[in-house]
Amino acid sequence: MLFEAIKLARQTIQRNALRSFLTILGVVIGVAAVIAMVTIGNGTTAKVTADLAKLGTNLLFARPGQFGPGRASTDAKPFNMNDVDALKSQLLDVRAVAPVAQKSVKVVYRAENRTTIVTGTDNDYFVTGDWLLAAGRQFLEGEIRGGRAACIIGQTVREKLFGYADPIGQNLRVGNVSCEVIGLLETKGQSSTGLDQDDTVLLPLRAFHRRIAGNTDVGTILVSAKDGIDTAKVQVDIERLLRERRHISPGAEDDFSVRDMKQLVQTTVGTTTVLTGLLGAVAAVSLLVGGIGIMNIMLVSVTERTREIGIRLAIGALESQVLTQFLVEAVVLSLFGGLIGILLGLGLAWVTTTGLNVPFLIDPTIVLIAFGFSALVGVIFGYFPARRAAGLDPIEALRHE
Amino acid sequence: MTSDRQEAAPLVELREATKVYGSGPAAVHALAGVNLAIGEGEFVAIMGPSGSGKSTAMNIIGCLDTPTAGEYRFKGIAVGQLSRNQRTLLRRHFLGFVFQGFNLLARTTAVENVELPLIYRGMAPAERRRLALGALRRVGLEGREHHTSSELSGGQQQRVAIARAIVTDPAVLLADEPTGNLDTKTSREIMELVATLNRDQGITVIMVTHETDIAAYARRAIRFLDGRVESDVPRREAA
Repeated sequence: MLFEAIKLARQTIQRNALRSFLTILGVVIGVAAVIAMVTIGNGTTAKVTADLAKLGTNLLFARPGQFGPGRASTDAKPFNMNDVDALKSQLLDVRAVAPVAQKSVKVVYRAENRTTIVTGTDNDYFVTGDWLLAAGRQFLEGEIRGGRAACIIGQTVREKLFGYADPIGQNLRVGNVSCEVIGLLETKGQSSTGLDQDDTVLLPLRAFHRRIAGNTDVGTILVSAKDGIDTAKVQVDIERLLRERRHISPGAEDDFSVRDMKQLVQTTVGTTTVLTGLLGAVAAVSLLVGGIGIMNIMLVSVTERTREIGIRLAIGALESQVLTQFLVEAVVLSLFGGLIGILLGLGLAWVTTTGLNVPFLIDPTIVLIAFGFSALVGVIFGYFPARRAAGLDPIEALRHE
Repeated sequence: MTSDRQEAAPLVELREATKVYGSGPAAVHALAGVNLAIGEGEFVAIMGPSGSGKSTAMNIIGCLDTPTAGEYRFKGIAVGQLSRNQRTLLRRHFLGFVFQGFNLLARTTAVENVELPLIYRGMAPAERRRLALGALRRVGLEGREHHTSSELSGGQQQRVAIARAIVTDPAVLLADEPTGNLDTKTSREIMELVATLNRDQGITVIMVTHETDIAAYARRAIRFLDGRVESDVPRREAA
């Protein structure tokens, strides 16, 4: 009997192909949205988690000003090289303390030019950022102290300006400064926020201050704690030292902030999870709307087929058999919608994850849940119209025009 | 289902059957105490003007409806005391319906239409198909088995409907104005088919009609007027 009902449902759906398609569109969109959201969310989380592992778990950074909702960060006094030197000499249990000062500058090599992020720093930057050199060397002590314009370039800059030529020893114009390329960084690819980390040029901080920035500000201080050291303890030490140096009286609020990179990434993961959940909920609502669409069309179908129902009842169909027939039809419709939705959602997620450069991870659980949920939508929203069909009076139904 | 069947009880029996629609001063007495008994193998025409109660009586006999008061017994079973589903089972096992408007399923082939009552009996597909093709042969529709309703003439559609009604070997064939939508020549052919089924296969036929020449095929005519049986006379069998 169930097999007959499924066969019959398939026939009815085929005979009203366009209407059936429009009916299930709501479910298709709902399921596709759920699947796409969750799959993209999973991929992003996996990517961020992988980034976290790459970063190491012991990186901290200090910035002037407070961050967060409703906080202005621009009026706080910037750090300078003396702060960095103080941290370098007084902090225990750290591997490296790197100053970072950045500016977006046009770099030119022969006829090629490119606007890129130029970073003024020292050799500790290679430790904190976990950078390796593909070619050349790090800065020499003399270059750092004397402020000589020597630069190390990222892979994107090399590719755009030098093509296949060897950049080492060539002269690159950074802003108005001519500097010799002494090193080439290994590629790192995109950061979790989507920035190309290889689109960079490194200069000794002093040279950057004198020739590019025209001031002595240090925007960020990166601190890499030793392995096995509790970063929370290092964070407290940095805060105490900086408060001292910036003459902040006890009880007053910090005019700078120190963050643990691990916490930051975890916050990002948390945000992604919440966002995925939220979008999933919105998608679930659209699934509900899809269900109402199915109910609407099933009610229309019952009215249209009143006579047919009358015939069936008259020649010996039990109420339960008519109920089953219409319920099966609703479930077959919504399951079909669910199936299309799953395929569409996975396709959408594949395109998006490929575009965002995050892994495409299919979660079989959510696929099964979406499938089951669309069946449930069919049962719930198909029940009322089916009940109405089964309850028809055969005499009235046969008279229906 | 036949356990309380009485010895020599008529197949169909109405005792003081009354059907009232509505209540109070607006109440309509569609049947006002009808007594009627039809035995196995009979061919009965129920006649009367519209509003005489013949359709109501037909619905009650067909177990689609129950009397407000009085009693209806089918094969000795008091139908008025049965649930809706039990009445459905009576129809499924003992009754075949033919309607004025044919009432075939649209966009469905002749053989599929005839199979329909067998599906609800839970019969296996191969057996179903065999019986349906046999029934179509009995109504003279060989070669038209896979035509859909819209590809068949009115007379052919009514033949499919008759095949659908007799495929279950019912005790009674109930026909409600079976020729109402057909021309004279086709009407005659359909009535000859019905008469043959009654004569050769012993199927009890109860037919509602308001046309005297159609009623002439029956061997007994019951005339309704104002919800009562006005006359009940045997007829000479048609030639």
